[in-house]
Amino acid sequence: MAMSLDWRLGVPESGIAGLHAGDAVELTGPVLTLRDASAARIAHALEAGEPLPVSLEGRIMYAVGPSPAKPGQIIGSAGPTTTARLSRYLPTLLSAGVRAIIGKGELHGPGAAAFTESGAVYFAAIGGLGALLSKQITAASVVAYPDLGPEALFELHLDAFPAIVIVDRAGHNFHESARARWRRI
Amino acid sequence: MVSVREIDVALVRETVARLLVESNYNIPGDVLGALRAAVAAEESPLGRRTLEQLVRNYEVAAAERLPVCQDSGMTVVFLDVGQDVHWVGGSLREAVVEGIREGTRQGYLRWSIAGDPTRRLRMAGEESPGIVHIDIVPGDRVQMKVASKGFGAENMSALRMLAPADGVNGIAEFVVHTVDRAGANACPPLVVGVGVGGTFEGAALLAKKAVLRPLDERHPRPDLQALEAELLGRINALGIGPQGLGGRVTALAVNIEVLPTHIAGLPVAVNLGCHSTRRAEAEL
Repeated sequence: MAMSLDWRLGVPESGIAGLHAGDAVELTGPVLTLRDASAARIAHALEAGEPLPVSLEGRIMYAVGPSPAKPGQIIGSAGPTTTARLSRYLPTLLSAGVRAIIGKGELHGPGAAAFTESGAVYFAAIGGLGALLSKQITAASVVAYPDLGPEALFELHLDAFPAIVIVDRAGHNFHESARARWRRI
Repeated sequence: MVSVREIDVALVRETVARLLVESNYNIPGDVLGALRAAVAAEESPLGRRTLEQLVRNYEVAAAERLPVCQDSGMTVVFLDVGQDVHWVGGSLREAVVEGIREGTRQGYLRWSIAGDPTRRLRMAGEESPGIVHIDIVPGDRVQMKVASKGFGAENMSALRMLAPADGVNGIAEFVVHTVDRAGANACPPLVVGVGVGGTFEGAALLAKKAVLRPLDERHPRPDLQALEAELLGRINALGIGPQGLGGRVTALAVNIEVLPTHIAGLPVAVNLGCHSTRRAEAEL
């Protein structure tokens, strides 16, 4: 049975601290989106000491570039993108106060260590589940970088959005332990 | 006296647009069938639940006409054009690109092509080009195949120029290593397309054709069919499982294609396809 994590009233430290690699969770609350182009802009601004269009303090980010909404839809298909591509930006984002990132795929080395060092958590959602996951998003608006199209910085509201804890605060990595458990070669 | 068949390129534009939308809303029947079979074969409970959700996603996308994935991919169009066909009404290549634009717009697909790979100043947006392979074949028919290639799996693909001494064992090691290295990032369960032989670019194109071959078609040559089965077994022993969450089903199929190559070489390309390996075809 999935655990619920609800941060509509702020990210609960106790909730984050109680998560373990491999836990199935349902996530409810606002997120800022992250993509290659928007992550590069945010990291550049942070490194240059320039103001951000929106504070990252205490935020949760979701690595996604949604497809356009059809008439009557809140958002188009909106599954996760590969987090490893954003690895070089993760330490900067987490230092700026991001508490968790939702993406897909594996993180190893410095990308994964950055989570443990800043007490943050990495969640993976299922890749290629875009049509179903769009139904767990109840609001969507562009807050910055509209020129980036699908890579713009959106704010989305998640409602019981399914994910798995991959890297927890103790540094356990579920992709590594799961693979080791099932490997026969 | 050979008669020439005239085809207006507008038909190409319309067909590309239609196939692009269909490929993104409806996963091919053979891929969906393999995923359903994988639910029964998977031993890991989390892996099985993951596969069930994937199947559900494809059912919902088809019923509600939604893109199965937000990454509607880079469009790859194969045109096998009969040599007795004469095109009228404009440029054939322009018609293909216009069809990609039209399908992307009509299907509410994502504009995913960056205008320039080095400067990345802006999205190509409605210029949205694709990759077009045109071949000339006998006859007066045109076979069109449209694939929507997502980049999670494309990014984890690889090519290596092996030596003849590496042989079949070297090919097998490279294929298994490529899947192991890709892990969860290529969105398993995968379709593994392997192109062996030819030249550097020839092997890569062959691997693309292999990944687009239906999963229920095995190679007609018994030794290659046996190699496909052996590699599938080795890949499914890696433990990666659906979405890298651990399990038995890391790949749905291994498809191998071969071409003659130089006496000094053994090019091997591995083109990975995610569980959402999308393609649609038509004859004009």
